Amino acid sequence: MFRNQYDTDVTTWSPAGRLFQVEYAMEAVKQGSACVGLRSRTHAVLAAANKAASELSSHQRKVFRVADHAGVALAGLTADGRVLSRFLRSECINHAFVYDAPLPVSRLALRLADKAQVCTQRSWKRPYGVGLLVAGLDESGAHLYYNCPSGNYFEYQAFAIGSRSQAAKTFLERRFEGYNDYTPEQLIKDALSAIKETLQGEKLTSSNCTVAIVGRKDDGTVEPFEMIDVKRIQEIIDSMEAAEEAPAAEAESSSMQEEDKGTDAAPMDI
Amino acid sequence: MSRRGDWVYENNGGTCVAIAGADYCVVAADTRLSVGYNILTRDHSKICELADKCALASSGFQGDIKALHKNLAARELLYQHQHNKRMSCPAMAQLLSNTLYYKRFFPYYAFNVLGGLDSEGKGCVFTYDAVGSYERTGYSAQGTGSALIMPVLDNQLKSPSPLLLPARDAVTPLSETEAVDLVKDVFASATERDIYTGDKLEIVVINKAGTKREYIDLRKD
Repeated sequence: MFRNQYDTDVTTWSPAGRLFQVEYAMEAVKQGSACVGLRSRTHAVLAAANKAASELSSHQRKVFRVADHAGVALAGLTADGRVLSRFLRSECINHAFVYDAPLPVSRLALRLADKAQVCTQRSWKRPYGVGLLVAGLDESGAHLYYNCPSGNYFEYQAFAIGSRSQAAKTFLERRFEGYNDYTPEQLIKDALSAIKETLQGEKLTSSNCTVAIVGRKDDGTVEPFEMIDVKRIQEIIDSMEAAEEAPAAEAESSSMQEEDKGTDAAPMDI
Repeated sequence: MSRRGDWVYENNGGTCVAIAGADYCVVAADTRLSVGYNILTRDHSKICELADKCALASSGFQGDIKALHKNLAARELLYQHQHNKRMSCPAMAQLLSNTLYYKRFFPYYAFNVLGGLDSEGKGCVFTYDAVGSYERTGYSAQGTGSALIMPVLDNQLKSPSPLLLPARDAVTPLSETEAVDLVKDVFASATERDIYTGDKLEIVVINKAGTKREYIDLRKD
């Protein structure tokens, strides 16, 4: 039943210098349905694949608004994610209450990481079994962070987590270099394409995905973190499918070229 | 307060009025901020729009008012996160009462009138004392000019007794423009006698279409 004698509690090291319980928690992230996040200089988009536990049930919410300027998407134990998003909300409200200014996204990710880290160093606790993509906006533009149960966190241009996320990561790795100058519309399209990669054959519709966006317009006004309307998602999916069918041959040849370029780019895995 | 060493409050004056109609609510307050015989500023808003159909006007100690408004705004944001909708005016009324009573033994020095629309779209006014006792009425006045304004409103609007059976609706029969005109008149009158009321009148009108703010000048002396 046990893999070895060093995995029964979080605080015991293995002789090889590993903490197995923490690594198991990281595995939980891979079990959940996929989430992707990507950002331009001004906008950040989060998308999640919704999977119902059974035909008869609804799916769990996977994208949460944290404040006007930030939100999260999560993969893994959604119950843990709910607790963490509540924590993030109260951090944002407290910061706004005390300083009359929004909490910078980097600090939001840091608070979350510190909270996760505590669980890796206390014998009576267990690590959170959820990975979070934190997307938000601050003075320095749009940001995307990935927080894992180990307490590590990384900033990304684009990232995917959850089951079959490798397919989405491969898609994003091929295209991320252009993301900085993308329009919100282009970001949403790429987010949906990345989610589609994780569905493996299953059809992408507006009912099995959630997309949210936050960003700053050219005139400096903030577009608050918002779930994109189901109707609009379906329109975008339809237009993507129409475009796919028409110039299929042309798209194939150009993507081949991009693939050659992408081989020496840094791998996006941790 | 003697055990706290000194009197920790100040009265910065000001008057707040709210009138509820069948499908609107008018919330108004002057913008003067004063201590004793000194005017600190002639342009300080006492009205806070806490939700989309809800405005709170408070007079008393500016520091406490600011803290109270901030507190309620944060609580409203939390409510939005948890319920996926804005808070209703009656819910905010209860929250304000609880917030004031929570500090029963070191109160916010704030006299509040809360106005807005209830879930049926009817105008509502809630009037408070400093420790959270509150009542839903058709109109109310609070603050330094309330003793001058309240009897005029009683005379013009005639609130039905809350003890009447069956209960009678408290909203006033006036139209929206009539109510706004009445508010302007009572403030102009109060300004004549109350040294803490004056400079400018801020009027917030809440109806189905949304919220609009307007300002008219009052005497500056």
